[in-house]
Amino acid sequence: MNRESASLTQGLSARRRAYDIGMRALLYASAIIICALLLFLIGYILVRGIPHLSWEFLSSEESVIKNIEGILPALINTLYVVIATLIIVLPLGVGSAIYLTEYATNKKLVAAIEFATETLAGMPSIIFALVGVIVFCEFAGLGTSLLAGAFSLVMMTLPTIIRTTQESLKTVPQSYREGSLALGAGKWHMVRTVVLPSSVDGIVTGCILAVGRIVGESAVLMFTAGMGMRLAKYGHGLGEFFKNLFDSSGATLTVALYNYAKERADFESAFAVAVVLLVIAFIINIAAKLAGRKLKKH
Amino acid sequence: MKLPPNTATTKNGACPVEEENSRAAKPIDGSRGLKDLMEHIMKALFLFCGLVAVGFVLVISVYLIISGLPAIREVGLIPFLFGTDWDPANKSGSPAYGILPMILTSIYGTAGAIVIGVPVGFLMAVFLSKVADRRLAAVIREVVDLLAGIPSVVYGLVGMMVLVPGIRVLFGLPAGDSLLAAVIVLAVMILPSIISVSETALDAVPREYEEASLALGATELETYFRVSAPAAKSGIAAAVVLGVGRAIGEAMAILMVAGNVANMPGLLKSVKFLTTAIAGEMSYAGGLHRQALFSIGLVLFLFIMLINAVLNLFLKKNGKEGN
Repeated sequence: MNRESASLTQGLSARRRAYDIGMRALLYASAIIICALLLFLIGYILVRGIPHLSWEFLSSEESVIKNIEGILPALINTLYVVIATLIIVLPLGVGSAIYLTEYATNKKLVAAIEFATETLAGMPSIIFALVGVIVFCEFAGLGTSLLAGAFSLVMMTLPTIIRTTQESLKTVPQSYREGSLALGAGKWHMVRTVVLPSSVDGIVTGCILAVGRIVGESAVLMFTAGMGMRLAKYGHGLGEFFKNLFDSSGATLTVALYNYAKERADFESAFAVAVVLLVIAFIINIAAKLAGRKLKKH
Repeated sequence: MKLPPNTATTKNGACPVEEENSRAAKPIDGSRGLKDLMEHIMKALFLFCGLVAVGFVLVISVYLIISGLPAIREVGLIPFLFGTDWDPANKSGSPAYGILPMILTSIYGTAGAIVIGVPVGFLMAVFLSKVADRRLAAVIREVVDLLAGIPSVVYGLVGMMVLVPGIRVLFGLPAGDSLLAAVIVLAVMILPSIISVSETALDAVPREYEEASLALGATELETYFRVSAPAAKSGIAAAVVLGVGRAIGEAMAILMVAGNVANMPGLLKSVKFLTTAIAGEMSYAGGLHRQALFSIGLVLFLFIMLINAVLNLFLKKNGKEGN
């Protein structure tokens, strides 16, 4: 087709030919600029960060006395926040999507919920930070803690979970539902045994996207979950997990990066954290693609 | 795909037969009542989950208004919005709470990001949708998605280490932290959403339009820019508005490169955005200063609601055109 168009341009007026060539050049230029930019970004982060990255850096707590830099606390805090947020947001988001697609009959209510979801999706994270500070840290008395951070992130990730779950619920064939109901199943039984199992892929996709947003978030966590870089007391077992969520505050990976770069001017460590974040972003991208592909197959 | 017929069937019984059956079964099968109770509980639970999003939005609005209004009342709406001095920490004299510099900085910064990001992103979308080889386009798309997944502090870090020194050397300034650096960072950060939304819009243009244009003797490029792009214009407009929303709400990345002095905006001046004022001062602010930060949050919230309303308008228009 390109060769054809090249021969076509022979017969054109000079002005049109110039337009054609100029626009094509612009297209390629912008594509090249963006690709170059991206390669530079990734390359620069890797080149600056990898030399400082070591097993010790990932697996130890920083210590001035021993002269060790380490981001283990940040890794654990990130993991805690991700898990706690998902535990809270998953039932809410999935339940909301089920209500919207399976139960809702009142059009105005559906419109209100959808408007609210869109509003939450378009809200900048600094607003969640402000509200998180007043509502969860102060009003609810959680203080600056990982749990307050998780609650604030629930507001942020809820639209993601609702949307992807809704997408996958819509792909469940109507006949499945009718068949289940015709066999005498109640609505809840139908949802539990027919609708939910068929929409697992969508829920998984939603989770992956939500994890991506949580790991990448910094403004919210800086104010609600704290900026400390020390290892809090991490115990074993579920009970202690929840107790620590209430008690401890600390920086996640992104906040640690900000600390290193802006507060301490320790750029080697900052770039090393950036490499870790880049790797996580890469893994999440691939995982979301795979889950999404599986979703499309159904 | 809502299910009004289904709900109707459960409410009225699928047919009279089932109703009779259940009536007959009731005295024998005691679990029927329990099952009905369960149905009601689950329905209420799902309704609750559905209302959580509405609740969050209400909580956000109410709390922002409650905690944002006191400072505005104390300072006065006009001095707050149009005052040009922001100096809340001034201990000797009278502190000043004018946020006009930040409002203007946020508007200029966003406009700058749009001016740089939209043309490049739009051209990229045309390239991916119409020109590029399918396999190449798939690879580029993956990479652009990765760009979208990189946390904003990482952009801030690279901006801090590359852009800021670059601007300092290029323009011979004492410090490179400036509106220009922030604009460039924002432009890069909004690229992925602009590319993907406008590409979707371009992909949705009916093939017949393009074929008709080609058949009439237009070149491919003329077709893309004079037929496809106008046909996709509301989707592209949505991309722009989405970019505006992203840019105006971004805090951490530009906090790291903008310098954070509440100057009136100038391309090479150190500036403070609405978002960076909150992000940068929240940790130490107290009293009226802290309340004023919540007022800034309220102003930002109103901006965002306005942008969302415009976005919804475009998306709705888009949906209608699609139908």
